Amino acid sequence: LAERTNLAGVQHILLVLSGKGGVGKSTLSTELALALRNAGKRVGILDVDLCGPSIPRMLRVQDSAVHQCDSGWVPVFVGQDKAIALMSIGFLLERPDDAVVWRGPKKNALIKQFVTDVAWGDLDFLIVDTPPGTSDEHISTVEALRPHQLLGAILVTTPQ
Amino acid sequence: AEAAELRARLRAVRHTVLVLSGKGGVGKSTFSALLAHGLAADESKQVALLDIDICGPSIPKMMGLEGEQVHQSGSGWSPVYVEENLGVMSVGFLLSSPDDAVIWRGPKKNGLIKQFLRDVDWGEVDYLIVDTPPGTSDEHLSIVQYLSATHIDGAVIVTTPQEVSLQDVRKEINFCRKVKLPIIGVVENMSGFVCPKCKNESQIFPPTTGGAEKMCQNMNVPLLGKVPLDPQIGKSCDRGQSFLAEAPESPATLSYRNIIQRIQEYCEQHHLQEEKIM
Repeated sequence: LAERTNLAGVQHILLVLSGKGGVGKSTLSTELALALRNAGKRVGILDVDLCGPSIPRMLRVQDSAVHQCDSGWVPVFVGQDKAIALMSIGFLLERPDDAVVWRGPKKNALIKQFVTDVAWGDLDFLIVDTPPGTSDEHISTVEALRPHQLLGAILVTTPQ
Repeated sequence: AEAAELRARLRAVRHTVLVLSGKGGVGKSTFSALLAHGLAADESKQVALLDIDICGPSIPKMMGLEGEQVHQSGSGWSPVYVEENLGVMSVGFLLSSPDDAVIWRGPKKNGLIKQFLRDVDWGEVDYLIVDTPPGTSDEHLSIVQYLSATHIDGAVIVTTPQEVSLQDVRKEINFCRKVKLPIIGVVENMSGFVCPKCKNESQIFPPTTGGAEKMCQNMNVPLLGKVPLDPQIGKSCDRGQSFLAEAPESPATLSYRNIIQRIQEYCEQHHLQEEKIM
């Protein structure tokens, strides 16, 4: 019998992309999660911006630590009713000002782990916030998510 | 042997400045372009601008060089010249269409960066300015590694006033320290907006944790200056024109010019100290 994967209980996976930095991807990901939660949905956020993880601060949990359970990493629960599940590399840094200075292969390994080893449980929406660019993080994230319920991508830009 | 090749190619470069951030969209490329224009205003100086943002190369558009191609000669790749004394190189020039996505993993990006440094015939250069993508990853590690064949005067780190940016910029400062890259200083972009009609100043990106000023104090790095928001900056960038030339009276232009001068002074001083040692 195949083991139930950690993403089996997630109904829809949404990627938030841009290409350009600083246009509001993380801001939008956060607001989208909060709005969906407000509408009664079960929501999770996966922050795969390894070099500049902004989501923890935006949800005021930058000082949280993560724990492991039998099925993998336990997300940090945020939001007014502590019902939004969040996982970010930000939680794994010993000191918040530590730079994650990794080359592609190491980033890829962590992203794969993030995607498969977080115990999300049952979610209506998993929002995946990405860093700017079209590189390792993006390729690895899409590859890891493709076998699952990947709904699509939202692209964020500014006018110029 | 590779290191020797790089050293030979970069021997004629007097000063190298890296423009970094950690955070995206804070104005690295804008600043790099204006720094290049500012330094090249002195016609006796030869300036080179290298854009190693492989996924999102903004420099060709900002310098009005979209659609230009790179030519090869016996001595290597020729930079694309904006002025006689201002040459530019970017992956943007190698794309067949500006909308082509460059979806490369780290190792391939590193390869192109090395090629840029090894194969571009910059000639004699007074200032080599390197514009980088956001983050602290392959491109940043590689450029520091490859440029160790010559020497880097230092890094200019760009930020905007809000904590979400500073958070990433602190990491960048620590990255510089980790790889022993001297920090020339920090530039705070989008620092306030003065309405052209009523002259009222607003903080579009409020410095909720003290902005770059406080961060620089805490981390003991110089604050080179603050540049206010000016809608003309974005327009000039989109049109490939130098904002400094198009809006010479803007408070932002004054800020940029002061910052550029400080960078020049830093580089000159550095040079003098080196000559003393030699």
